[in-house]
Amino acid sequence: MTTVHKPDSALPVFTESGETGACWSCGDMRAAHFCQACGRLQPALPTDYFSFFALPRKLNLDTAALERDFYNLSRKLHPDLYVRATDQERAWSLEKSSQLNDAYRTLKDPISRTQYLLKLEGVQLEEQSKAATEKAKQKGEPKQQVVPPGLLEEVFELNLQLEELRRSKKMGEADPAVVADLQKAKSHLEEKYGGLDAELKGYWEQWDALMEREAREAVPLEERHRVRDRMVDLLNRRSYIRNLVRDVNEALED
Amino acid sequence: MERIVGIDLGTTNSLVAYMEGSRPVVIPGEDGSNLVPSVVALDERGEILVGNAARRYLIETPERAVYSIKRLMGRGIEDIQDELRLFPFRLAPDLKPGEVLRIRLGDREFTPPEISAFILRQLKRNAERHFGAPVSQAVITVPAYFNDAQRQATKDAGRIAGLEVLRLVNEPTAASLAYGLDQKREGTVAVYDLGGGTFDISILRLHEGIFEVLATNGDTHLGGDDLDNLLLTIALDDIRGDLGLDLRRNPEAVQAIRKAVIEAKIELSAKEEARIELELPQGKKYEREITRRQFEGLIQPILGRTVGPCKQALKDAGFQPGAVKEVALVGGSTRIPKVRTLVQELFQREPHSELNPDEVVALGAAVQAQILAGGSQATQDMLLLDVTPLSLGIEALGGVVAKIILRNSTIPASATEHFTTGVEGQANVAIHVVQGERELAKDCRSLARFDLKGIPPMPAGLPRIEVKFLIDANGILHVSAREQRSGKEAEIQVKPSYGLTDEQVESMILDSFDYAEEDFRQRQLIEARNETETILAALEKGRKSPAWEQLTRDERKKIEKLQKALREVAQGEEYKPIRDGLEALNQATLRLAELMMDSAVSTALKGKTMETADLGEGPAAPHPIAPAEIIKK
Repeated sequence: MTTVHKPDSALPVFTESGETGACWSCGDMRAAHFCQACGRLQPALPTDYFSFFALPRKLNLDTAALERDFYNLSRKLHPDLYVRATDQERAWSLEKSSQLNDAYRTLKDPISRTQYLLKLEGVQLEEQSKAATEKAKQKGEPKQQVVPPGLLEEVFELNLQLEELRRSKKMGEADPAVVADLQKAKSHLEEKYGGLDAELKGYWEQWDALMEREAREAVPLEERHRVRDRMVDLLNRRSYIRNLVRDVNEALED
Repeated sequence: MERIVGIDLGTTNSLVAYMEGSRPVVIPGEDGSNLVPSVVALDERGEILVGNAARRYLIETPERAVYSIKRLMGRGIEDIQDELRLFPFRLAPDLKPGEVLRIRLGDREFTPPEISAFILRQLKRNAERHFGAPVSQAVITVPAYFNDAQRQATKDAGRIAGLEVLRLVNEPTAASLAYGLDQKREGTVAVYDLGGGTFDISILRLHEGIFEVLATNGDTHLGGDDLDNLLLTIALDDIRGDLGLDLRRNPEAVQAIRKAVIEAKIELSAKEEARIELELPQGKKYEREITRRQFEGLIQPILGRTVGPCKQALKDAGFQPGAVKEVALVGGSTRIPKVRTLVQELFQREPHSELNPDEVVALGAAVQAQILAGGSQATQDMLLLDVTPLSLGIEALGGVVAKIILRNSTIPASATEHFTTGVEGQANVAIHVVQGERELAKDCRSLARFDLKGIPPMPAGLPRIEVKFLIDANGILHVSAREQRSGKEAEIQVKPSYGLTDEQVESMILDSFDYAEEDFRQRQLIEARNETETILAALEKGRKSPAWEQLTRDERKKIEKLQKALREVAQGEEYKPIRDGLEALNQATLRLAELMMDSAVSTALKGKTMETADLGEGPAAPHPIAPAEIIKK
């Protein structure tokens, strides 16, 4: 038995970049996921996550519509539907549903969506993860991390307090005054962290406006880079602050 | 089309089920029981026994039997030290770290997948007997928290048993399918699954037939077994203290005590008090009363271990405990009243347990089997979207893990990583893949080491090897690699850290042909019984036809005698007597068949069709009693 899917007008139908081939099964014009004529599953091709859902590279995204498309495509691409299909179609289904899941997971979350777009724009985001911290520890090197300029003073102050807390803990009791200072610094950082979302939304608007303009006219590369770099800067600050909060929490818990 | 069955391969009991119309049902074994105890024994004649037949050996000759083998699936000797203290597993003496385990059974040795295959083979047989037709494809359930190696081992077990495993389904997810089948539920559901040896918690979102797992967590070594071991340890200490009898090295006595405490445990789910009474060696006797309160106090630390995973799963799914709409209880251990209260407090919901907690996983597996078979009215629009329970990572510099696919990602899921060389002309790159949440590779589960070979000679750092990691819908990892500058498909040599290699599985399949003989015998028996039914039914018809009266009295008597004899032998388990009985009855009814043929033809000449002449079948099979081959003679 072979699973055949009828084309569904609710699904994104598009031609993947550079692909103008015909359907492998009926020879008619193919669409991205299913042949527009016979409905058969088409080969999995390398694609970016926005194209997979036939979306423009914009950051404001209707997540309810994305979810709907995800469910609709799941019902047609999932390997469960191809258990008795040909080996070839089974392989495509596996490949395509992994692309679908990866794409949905990445796009539905605002931060990972932004990170992904920046990656498509050629940005290699700095690794500020816990893994990087561990790696540095293992090698006995200080963590290679650039302190965002606007935070320099605050971070300097915070590190002194953390140092003091550790010292006082070593002596026996944690100094309540230092603990109070750290709690205050922490809530200040958390406040800052919360404010980043609004800032990011602002850049999204700028980016999306650029994309719309680009559809009509040539946009100078510098403009594109300016918005891009602001977002990179924001994401770096964001992960830096998150790590600071984590460090403070760890120090307080110890 | 051949039926696909759903199998729950459990730590304590295993079941096989299928969809009968719109309803999943469990297929009972020969003894009429739905549960096949997951016990395998090797009898004195070297034959393998499974289930209730094997259970006897646990007490009488424990060195010939093994239970709870699921605990050892996909594991190495270095990570089962706890198990070895608590379970009477007899390992092969020459095992080395990193090697697949081998368990001694009598004078022979088997790997955990082979032992599981014996259980699967029994279930397969039960299903074939039930259908009267061969079964070769199955959906098998695994604990949601099983890692790659444990899943692979389960799949290998299926292959060794002669089953194509079309899908591994997570147990709590399977249970949700069974629960979701009747009522079209919508909203979020938590499934709390405490079985014989494993614990899982899954949080799902049900939406228009899609069962989307949002988060899962668990402990693959936490279950009813642990409660049994706790009670057993207490009893052994009691006996040593009060009676001065150290029975720890007496396997027969240990098994007898184990059986007694399990019975007490079960009793305490229904009663407030249970009593253990046991005859011991040296004419001594162990007597003890235990109240439910005491029991609950004792098991609290073990049950408490399920709380952490539940909280983590809720957090990962982004829920407050009270936000989950419904909670379902799965697994035999959820019969313990204390477990119910714990779940109720944790989720602030009265938990569901309408479906038999021992059977619900197998029933769900049958539903998934139906979905894979192309669906039916009952399963229309049902689709399962499951997740990977553990993060997948690569060991990076300094032994830290770079995570590439995070836990609770919907599967299939993939990640692409790029690697390069560190030395000029380097031809190989080694990659270590691990699974787990810890930061250091040594604290995670080692899955496999890959060697990327045949990299074209280039200066250090120039080759760009793209490696694709893909977790399929079974939760099993696949890896492929390509050197991008040369466009060459890099050769990958996969060395699974704990699993069997393909060659090993193949050779086990060959070994299992010994047991396949038993399957063949079973199949012959099924076919013979089917033919018996056909001929007896046809004979009943024949006896009502005018041709019956045309036979001599002796002929009729002979036929009646053979008919009776065949009916009797068909009840037995031996294939040969049934075959002989069939042959004899076929011969004896030859003339009856001819007479019926003649009358049919003459009726047909009178203008009636063959069909109305009550031949039952069309001209292709002119005689309903004797199969076509006899007519040819």
